[in-house]
Amino acid sequence: MSIVEESPSAPAEQSEQSADRARRRARIEAGLVTAGSSVSAVLIAFFLSALLLLVTGKSPGVVSSTMWEVATTTRFQYEMIERAVPFIIAGVAFAVAAKMNLFNIGVEGQYLFGMFWAAVIGANVELPALLHVPFILMVAMLAGAFWAGIAGYLKVRLGVSEIISTIMLNAIALQITDWLFNDFFRFDDASGTLDVRTKPIPETGWMPDFVDGKLNSYLVIALIVCVVYYFLVFKSRFGFRLRASGLNATAASTSGISSGRMVMIAMLISGAIAGLAGLQYLLGEAHSYGPARPSGYGFAGLSVALLGRNNPIGIILAGLLWGFLEASAGPLQLEDIPRSIVNVIQGITLFSVVIVNSVISRWYTKRTTEAAAARLSMEAAA
Amino acid sequence: MSATAAVELIGIEKRFPGVIANHDVNIAVRPQTIHAIIGENGAGKSTLMKTLYGMHRPEQGQVIVNGVEQHFRSPSDAIDVGIGMVHQHFMLADNFTVLENIILGAEPVNGVALNLKKAHSELEKIATSAGIEIDLDAFVSDLGVGQRQRVEILKVLYRGAKVLILDEPTAVLVPQEVDELFVNLRQLVADGATVIFISHKLDEVLAVSDDITVIRRGTTVASVKPGDVTQGELGELMVGDALPTAEPRTTQVGEAIRLEIESVTVNSPDAAVSRPVVSEASMVVRSGEILGVAGVEGNGQFELCQAILGLADYEGTIRLDGEDVGSMTTRHRLDTGLCYVPFDRHEEGLMLDAPLWENLLLTRDEEPEFNNGAFVNQGNVRDATRDTIEKFGVQTPDETVPAFALSGGNQQKLLVGRELDSNPSVMIAAHPTRGVDIGAQATIWSHLRDERDAGLAVLLITADLEELLALSDRIIVMFDGLIHAELDPATATPKILGTYMTGGRPEQAA
Repeated sequence: MSIVEESPSAPAEQSEQSADRARRRARIEAGLVTAGSSVSAVLIAFFLSALLLLVTGKSPGVVSSTMWEVATTTRFQYEMIERAVPFIIAGVAFAVAAKMNLFNIGVEGQYLFGMFWAAVIGANVELPALLHVPFILMVAMLAGAFWAGIAGYLKVRLGVSEIISTIMLNAIALQITDWLFNDFFRFDDASGTLDVRTKPIPETGWMPDFVDGKLNSYLVIALIVCVVYYFLVFKSRFGFRLRASGLNATAASTSGISSGRMVMIAMLISGAIAGLAGLQYLLGEAHSYGPARPSGYGFAGLSVALLGRNNPIGIILAGLLWGFLEASAGPLQLEDIPRSIVNVIQGITLFSVVIVNSVISRWYTKRTTEAAAARLSMEAAA
Repeated sequence: MSATAAVELIGIEKRFPGVIANHDVNIAVRPQTIHAIIGENGAGKSTLMKTLYGMHRPEQGQVIVNGVEQHFRSPSDAIDVGIGMVHQHFMLADNFTVLENIILGAEPVNGVALNLKKAHSELEKIATSAGIEIDLDAFVSDLGVGQRQRVEILKVLYRGAKVLILDEPTAVLVPQEVDELFVNLRQLVADGATVIFISHKLDEVLAVSDDITVIRRGTTVASVKPGDVTQGELGELMVGDALPTAEPRTTQVGEAIRLEIESVTVNSPDAAVSRPVVSEASMVVRSGEILGVAGVEGNGQFELCQAILGLADYEGTIRLDGEDVGSMTTRHRLDTGLCYVPFDRHEEGLMLDAPLWENLLLTRDEEPEFNNGAFVNQGNVRDATRDTIEKFGVQTPDETVPAFALSGGNQQKLLVGRELDSNPSVMIAAHPTRGVDIGAQATIWSHLRDERDAGLAVLLITADLEELLALSDRIIVMFDGLIHAELDPATATPKILGTYMTGGRPEQAA
């Protein structure tokens, strides 16, 4: 408000202030509700897991002290972050599609496909360091996008549910990469070792560690992915159309937003991001593709997106939690606690988040409607 | 009161989050009468009837049926004491016969086998004594709206209802069908039933009922006899002040043709249906003109609009401002100056979970001031939303509230405002005031008139004949996908319109 303007009369200012307060409160409340459902789901999961441990005769105390140690030790913190990186990227990949009501179960296959071609093509080009890494990233994104694009095309052209087609494509990706690897791209090392893998990527295509042996610089890529996701989906016009199609597909197409085109683009972007999920392993650790490659990032990403409620910050936090749980598995085993307790916690968390979300969202709808009516009558009285 | 009331409601109060839907409602329905409950849209009539039918429980008050107080926990409790409800939206299975639909859920059986014969003879008896003529073996898909309603009534009678609640039964009927319904209702009453008739149409209520209870803002404000009040007085009781009237327009229809539709045919998306849903429709709308489209719903109006919007394939030519839009996408057509107030605001118009400002942006995200390069200029969108909220009197705390938190009328005002503020040259307005209260209707009408005077061409599709006659410069009637007639609103009456809408011609009807 400029100084030259006459100051409004006191009561008007007061009511404006209280309206402002009400608006702020509504916004904060919405934020709390969103975060709250995930946080309470995690708490429920920990609580139930503790019960489970008690019932099976293990000590929840040992588990929590071990986990506390993991959480507070630098070495494990690095590990947690490193493990979180692919989960976060896969989570964003899933979330992009979820924002338009597409259930891209195929992140798993897309990142495998992306990682495979990145390894194969990346190893067979010679480029200066500054270009080699971006080139490999690009290859992975294109390959992932291509694989997701098949599901997109099937949905748009033939109305095939993306859930079905991506599940199938996961299986196909697994078989195709295995076959291609075994029959065409196995690297025959002259040394005759038993180490079975593709031709290694030259050093120009590696990503360095921040701390030696720990914390690869690839985590910067994960952060960039989150930032791009935020601006692309939540701030841009394209993102608005994407979300509009997700919120009400009929209304969106009535408003001239071509749903087929949006499905295609959303799947391509989702797949491109998925393609990046496996590259920390490739560029920062193994530098080649082989049977030892990691698996399961796609499904972890699904969980992370669900728990993070498709929100970029939420995905980062959920990814870190997943990374933390994975990092705890080793130390827990040393304490004679089975590794599967980690999966149990993850499973219960997901289960709870789905239930808590639907309970809270029903409550929240009611609460918001009430609050709006209350504010309206308050303003009418003022 | 001579006898015990068939139904008595005393001091009913029903609250919903943030609103009191009913309070201090007192109604006594005499047995064997037609008792009308009249009130505006949103006055609380349906809420009250749901209370009486056991669909929800009141916070306070008594429901007394034949002198016995009842506490219904579900509709089946209400059915048990002889209360039946005929819903506004029919709940019938199309591919079942009339008989099958009626006995569904209350099937007579021999052991485990259906006893259709018994049901058939029983129903024939019921139908005859109620004076309802219907072929029990016909498929529901072959029936017209009026006949389907009779099926619903029979369904209720078959379950032993002595008190029938009819929720806005005439909303879907053309005038001739309304007359037939009224004959049926009188026969039912003569036969021993009691009818509670919900409506907001004054003339119908005066024509058919024995007693009238007026509901305004959730409470009963008056009980009158039809002979004691005029239509105007009843209307005043209902709205609390004078009815909106259609002022005659003072401006002229322009010369320029804004929308031209030339022998447009739309085929059914269902390949099994060979008959087109719109056949060879032709019309023009000039600048500053409102062309009203009358017709019973489902006679091709929706598909015609889909074709204009580019959402359905069509044969023929559609021109906007003289330009053939055949090869244009929906978005391109909207950018060319077309806008659309949809048939169903929840289905086609709004994102209920999104804030109001995002809803405003939905059809207008290409307007330069709403963009900042590739990004949405949230500040400008929100400013524009606040303007629309103020201009159209949308009741909302602010523009950040999700759309689901608004009442239907306010959602509609926002929707109409969004479209009118997009600076259109042609508007398709489908039921622009459906489900809104009279105040909001007046607001929307006056904005439509203002924009028309400023040169907007409007294709108005409405089921509300009053609205049609009040706004239209010309009227066409669609029946069975065809432009069946073109009328002058100055000489058209609801009666004449009704005849055309059912496919007849007034000469034949006379």
